[in-house]
Parts: sequence; structure tokens; C-alpha cells
Amino acid sequence: MLLLYQMKEIIQVTSLTKSFGTFKAVDDLSFTVNEGDVYGFLGQNGAGKSTTIRMLLTLIKPTSGDIKIFGQPLFSNRNEILKNIGAVIEKPDVYKYLSAYDNLKLFARLSGGKHDHHHLMNQLEMIGLAERARDKVKTFSQGMKQRLGIGIALVHDPQLIILDEPTNGLDPQGIADIRNLILRLSREMKKTIVVSSHLLNEIEQIATKVLIIDKGKKMVEGLAAELFDASQTIVEIETLNNDFVAQQLAGSYWKNNLQSQRNHKLVLKLDRKEIPQLHKDLIVMNAMLISLEPKHSLEDYFLQVTSGNQHVDAFTN
Amino acid sequence: MWTLLQIELYKIFRRPRTYIAFVAITALITIVQLGLKVDGKEYAAFVMADLSNTLQIDGKIVNGYFVCYVLLQLLLVHVPLLIALIAADMISGEANMGTLRLMLTKPIGRTQFILAKFFAACIYTILLLIWLAILALFVSMLIFGTDDMFVLKNNYAVQIESADIFWRYAGAFCFACLAMITVAALGFFLSQFAENSIGPIVATMSVIIFFTILSTMSIPIFNLIKPYLFTTHMVAWKEFFDVKVNADNETIRGTIQRPDKLINSSLILLAHIVLFVGASIYVFKKKDVLS
Repeated sequence: MLLLYQMKEIIQVTSLTKSFGTFKAVDDLSFTVNEGDVYGFLGQNGAGKSTTIRMLLTLIKPTSGDIKIFGQPLFSNRNEILKNIGAVIEKPDVYKYLSAYDNLKLFARLSGGKHDHHHLMNQLEMIGLAERARDKVKTFSQGMKQRLGIGIALVHDPQLIILDEPTNGLDPQGIADIRNLILRLSREMKKTIVVSSHLLNEIEQIATKVLIIDKGKKMVEGLAAELFDASQTIVEIETLNNDFVAQQLAGSYWKNNLQSQRNHKLVLKLDRKEIPQLHKDLIVMNAMLISLEPKHSLEDYFLQVTSGNQHVDAFTN
Repeated sequence: MWTLLQIELYKIFRRPRTYIAFVAITALITIVQLGLKVDGKEYAAFVMADLSNTLQIDGKIVNGYFVCYVLLQLLLVHVPLLIALIAADMISGEANMGTLRLMLTKPIGRTQFILAKFFAACIYTILLLIWLAILALFVSMLIFGTDDMFVLKNNYAVQIESADIFWRYAGAFCFACLAMITVAALGFFLSQFAENSIGPIVATMSVIIFFTILSTMSIPIFNLIKPYLFTTHMVAWKEFFDVKVNADNETIRGTIQRPDKLINSSLILLAHIVLFVGASIYVFKKKDVLS
């Protein structure tokens, strides 16, 4: 028996455009987020991610285009739709003169969610702030504020969670905590999550679907598993004698793998299993090796579709 | 709406800044009361100097009602600054803290949001004036006692019987609420155009100072616009203390000399409130939240 399962569309964006004067921040953008997706929204700073997310949350009115969330037009069903959305937009700004508990309670009431003591303490437990529940937020670190922001986004148990640059300003441990929380929300709590970032690594580790935008326009949309071709890895090699090594590689077994030079690095595309052999061959070639760094192909993809090689550092940690 | 209003009030009264106004009013009133307690007779003699040759006044001139009138004359000029501290911060303060965008991602209509915030600012204003009334009127009555009250006008003096005064203060404080809510509405409106509190607070005070100067200058060209300036009408609370007199020049209890002026001023202030709040809703509904 053939079972047909149609994915439920949570967000449908059609030809969305936002202009500020003559500047088009978002240009004819269309995409769909399905139920259960962890939808990675990727682009450089200023690419239009935050503007798009603010339009999804009705903070900014589109110049043209259409947004449907949970199958309903967003702007004519705003309050009903927002009851089922939790969001953190850029910085997790909350009332610094209130405690974590009071902030959570206040926003739970505003969201129409449960705000009894037991529920609030459970939420604080989940985000690791139960012990600091009664402390004023002004005494919190950036990571704690970020976790509280996510707690506020989740307190009313929304179906859709939108996180705009949730790891901004966090230390590596904070970044890992947020990543694990997102994965838990997706896998255990079956939430649909839209997460934007300018950091490819972040999106790569959590997203099931990826949209790359640049200068307000959609560049690529697809399943992360498809965009990330595990069999093909980009390897960047940095040596003190790049030109010599490039010549050697061009006349060797690796000639078909050699892609380009960028940022004073040689770039090869090859099977991940071939990396040890490449390393051996480079030594035989007398390459004065400084580094050999495997990169995922998605990153290469990202660089190709956005503004190119000169921004390589902007997208990697 | 009720939940939103409760939350707004909760936020206002959890901020230390809110209590600056209450402390400032307490300090000012205490100082004036202390000064009048110590040197009240000299002050009264100075104020009544012009009348002392033609009138013999018995009883306590410096009584609680008189002190309250002096305090209101002094303070109602400065209270707008204290109102602006909160009202002009209502939107801009949230934008500055970054909480505005978080608030607006919640299922609350923008009109509802603006109205809840404005009503919260009104409640703050009313509470501040109630506090002012408690200190200026009731505490003064306790300290200085009660008696008939003398009010000096430009070219005449009014004696109001002790039993005929209390309702006038009730009316004057209600009118002062209206006047101060107008200031709150102005501050609230200006609050939308900035992402820090200082700008709208300074702008509110600047508008009040500028309009007050226009209202008080007797230059013919300004006379055309004076009736439309809210600052012209903010001092109309004093009309409660101008009493009608009979043919024998005796005051008639329970009367106000120019009730029409009072009604007119109330309507103009009310119109300003509607205008400022209406404009706030209009602007806010169209606003892209970029903070």
C-alpha cells in the first residue's frame, strides 16, 4: 500500500519585498518552511535575514508580497498566529530591573500561556536558570540572557520558534548550549524552528533545510543533506611555496581535484577518505605545509552564491 | 487589555525612576511647609501688603487651605517635568532597552499596546497628583489648621469661606489631572520618535516652555494662537478659586465666577489628549520596528 504523507506547511513566503526608500533590503523572496524543519536562514550581515524575520513577526510591514503562517495570512490573523510563535530577535533584551522569574512570568502572561509557579520553574530549569530565578537580569552574563530569551520564546509552548542570530556574542560553551537546546527542541519536542545566522558552522550542525540569501535575494534553498555532499570535501592547503606546490599538484594524480587558489590557499575538492594520501603526497612534493584544512562543500557553496572568496573569514568560526 | 494594563503598571512601579517624582514632590512640599511654619506670618504680610491698608484681616491667613494654594501655584509648573520623565519614556525607553520588539512579537494589537501604555501613564499621573493632594492639602490642614481662605487676584482679593473650600480643591485637583494627562499625552506622542528617553523628555519640556512663553507674553500676534495652546489652559484650575459675588460684593457659596472658562479649558485639554493619543496610535500602527 502506498502511503502518501504531505508535509504541513508552517510558513509560506511568496515574493516578499521590503524597501527602505530606494534600498531593497529583501527582494522578491519566496520560501516554505515545513512542520518539523530546523530551517537555517543563512547570509552575510546585511543580507536581509533580520528584515525577513522581523516581517515574519509583524515588526516590519512588507512593501509587497505575501506571508502565510499556519496556513493563514499573517497580517490579517496576526494575534492568532503570534500566540503560536516564540521568538528571539538578535539580542535577548528583557527587563533588566526584573528577575528572570518575573520576566518569564510577564511574557508568559502576554503570550497567553501558563504562568503558574510550577510551570515557570520548569522552564527556568530547562534553560538552566532555576538557581538564579530571583536574581535581577542586570546581573546576568550574555549567555544567561540569551538562555532567558529562549526561555521566554518557549514559555507558552509555541509550535513555531524563530531565532535570529541566537549565538551572537556567546562564548563557545554558550554556543554549544544553544545548539544543543535547538536540537532538543526539534528532536524531542517536535518544534518547527527557523534559525538565522551568518555563521555557516552553526547552521550546518543543526539545520535540516537551508536557505541562503544575499543582498535580499534568495540564492539557494534546499535540504541540508543535499547541499552538504558528504562524499565531496573541500580541502584548503596553505604552504610557504604555494606556486611550486600548485605546479606539482597540476602534474600529479590530484590535477583533476585542484580547484583554485583563494586567500593564498590552494583549494582541492576530493573524497574525504583521500585526505591522508594527499597529506603524504604533499610531503613527498616538498610542500612547506602550514595547514591542511578540510571544509565542507556547503561552505564552498555558500561562498560561491554569496559575495565570494573575499568573505571567507566571515563565515567560519 | 486589562492584563496588558496590569503589566504596564507593574513595569512602571518596579522601576526606581518612577519614585523620583514622588520623592521630589515630598521634598519640595516639606520644605515649603517647613518654611511657612517658621516664617508664615511674614510671608502672609508680604503677600497681603497691598490690602493691609484697606482691610483688617482676623483669623489665620496661613492656614492649610492657603498653604495648599501656594504649593499648587509653585508645583503645578514643575510637575510636568516629573510627568514627562515617565510618559516620554513609555515607548522610547522600551525601544532603548530592546524590549519593544519582544513585546510586539506577542499577540497584542498595536492599538491595544499604545492604549494600555497611555492608560498606565495616566494612572501614574493621577497617583502622583493624589500624592501631591495628600501632602499639599491634607498634611497642610493637619499642620496649619483650617480657616477662611484669601486668594489674591490681579486687582482684587477673594475671601472663600472655610466650608466652601474643600470641593474647590477636589475640582482643582481633577482639573490638574486633566492638564497633567495632556502633558503625559504629549510626552507619550513624542516618545515614539526616539530610541532613547532623553530626547522625548527634553522635547516635551521644550514644547511646554515654548508654549508657556507664548501663552504669557502679551504681544498681539501671539494672542491669535493663545486660545489654542494647551499651556494657556493648564492654569485654569485657579478658576475654582474665583467666586461669584452678590450686589453687596459678598461671595456666593458654591459658585465659580467663570464656569464657562473652566469648561472651555477642559474641552481644549481633552481635545489635545485625543489628538496626541490618536496621532500616537496612527504613527505607531504604521511604524516599522527596527530597534
